Amino acid sequence: MSEYNELYQQVILEHNKKPRNFRVIEGANRYALGKNPLCGDQFAVYAQVDDHGVIQDISFQGMGCAISKASASLMTSNIKGKTQEEAEVIKEEFQKMVMGEFHPEQQANHLGRLTIFEGVKDYPVRVKCATLAWHTLNAALSGTQQEVTTED
Amino acid sequence: MVQLMEKCTIGLDVAKIRADFPVLDQRINGYPLVYLDNAATTQKPWPVIDRIRDFYAHEYATVRRGVYSMSARATMAYDQVREQVAGFIHAASPHEIIFTKGTTEAINLVAYSYGRPFIGAGDEIIISAIEHHANIVPWQQLCQEKGAVLKVIPANEAGELLIDEYAKLLTDNTKLVAVNYVSNSLGTINPVKTIIDMAHERGIPVLIDGAQSAPHMAVDVQALDCDFYAFSGHKIYGPTGIGVLYAKMKHLEAMVPYQCGGDMIESVTFEHTTFAKPPHKFEAGTPPIAEVIGLGAAIDYLEKLGLNNIQAYENDLLAYGTEQLQQIEGLQIIGTAKHKASVISFVFPDIHPHDVGTILDQQGIAVRAGHHCTQPVMERFHIPATTRASFSFYNTHDEIDRLVEGLRHVIAVFR
Repeated sequence: MSEYNELYQQVILEHNKKPRNFRVIEGANRYALGKNPLCGDQFAVYAQVDDHGVIQDISFQGMGCAISKASASLMTSNIKGKTQEEAEVIKEEFQKMVMGEFHPEQQANHLGRLTIFEGVKDYPVRVKCATLAWHTLNAALSGTQQEVTTED
Repeated sequence: MVQLMEKCTIGLDVAKIRADFPVLDQRINGYPLVYLDNAATTQKPWPVIDRIRDFYAHEYATVRRGVYSMSARATMAYDQVREQVAGFIHAASPHEIIFTKGTTEAINLVAYSYGRPFIGAGDEIIISAIEHHANIVPWQQLCQEKGAVLKVIPANEAGELLIDEYAKLLTDNTKLVAVNYVSNSLGTINPVKTIIDMAHERGIPVLIDGAQSAPHMAVDVQALDCDFYAFSGHKIYGPTGIGVLYAKMKHLEAMVPYQCGGDMIESVTFEHTTFAKPPHKFEAGTPPIAEVIGLGAAIDYLEKLGLNNIQAYENDLLAYGTEQLQQIEGLQIIGTAKHKASVISFVFPDIHPHDVGTILDQQGIAVRAGHHCTQPVMERFHIPATTRASFSFYNTHDEIDRLVEGLRHVIAVFR
């Protein structure tokens, strides 16, 4: 097989090995636990949001495959310092991109390095791996649900 | 050469067998398909595909209803499969063979039709630590509904049931024991004869989930003396949507109907219904006729190959696969029972089974990655999931070599 793997790109493998913001934020004012009941993967997302709606700190913990873990890691790197509204836009773009409904090379976007997950669209069974952390982020920021699954 | 040797020593001509399975002859992601998800479902040989096509093309009609010739012929073909199934598992009578959608429905049928009338508050049901969800959840629901207690036979680190512990679980309150013959996630072959005999000493009936034993070994339900035995057509090279529940006639007569409707009655008025005798009492509505016919063709196919030949050949694949996989650095086999069917579950310390599954798929190799509908087993071994390769008589040493090569590539990607 070719050495260049559309799905398992170096950045993804590197974030899988050394996930960023992989910790608990003590006293975080946003929190949710996300589960993929089909495979048992789960991540907790913690965030500290200030009075102006800026995500001052964000982190995650849990277990999952390389795709889900790298997605969570890059998500926290990207979202930190942004407002909740900005995070919402990025989440929408990301989810549409991995489902093949948003094309970052053709459309203006806020995805930055997250575009390396575009290859996921060719692996429909892995879309839920890539979006698990984002479902969880959504639940944490909206503050309505402490626990969410990819099947919700 | 390897295949020639296999032919001489085991009595199966694997090259010829592979030609019977058209699906195997294709490329996936640019590589020749290596299909190793046989514990989930098996591929279909031409005799099964042809039989279903011919039946629909020339013989199809309803069964047990029509007075016309075609319906009579379809009914004969349909009934003949029931006799064939009885022969396949050595049941005393074809009337003890109930057609269901599959193993899952067969177990649910017993939980409903036997469990509800005969299991009550304070009664106990025993299952094992290495069951498929299909042999856990129906009993759990029944226990919740009735106030009964579910007890679990523990397993050791190898994935073998602890029979001494089982002996302690059997009490005067035990009303049913339900265990699998072969574990789908670990491959363990359970000592079901011992389990049945120990239960019978106390007059307790035993259900055997045969979903994973039916494809791999000859089964004689009378020799085992099990009270219930369930298996699926699609795991023995037959169609989906058809399965079998065997039950001793004394139980079938005592059990209440599962679903009600056409074909399961003797007479109906608005005041009262009398039910048909088994097996029809448990088969409401028009049955999956073509699927039954296809199941018959699958059993024919297996019997021509010979279950003993199949078991010997698959044991050889298991031994070779185990030996080869053990040489891969970091790979740990989950399920190392002394007696196993041709199923190998494994994990790597830092590579998730889903990533293993995807990278193998990129090389044309189909394996299962996940909890295999056995979450309590995963918990027992403190892992979220495994990768599972399960072998059939159409697999070869060459394909196991492809798996090993594929896994070395997985390791290289994650290095």
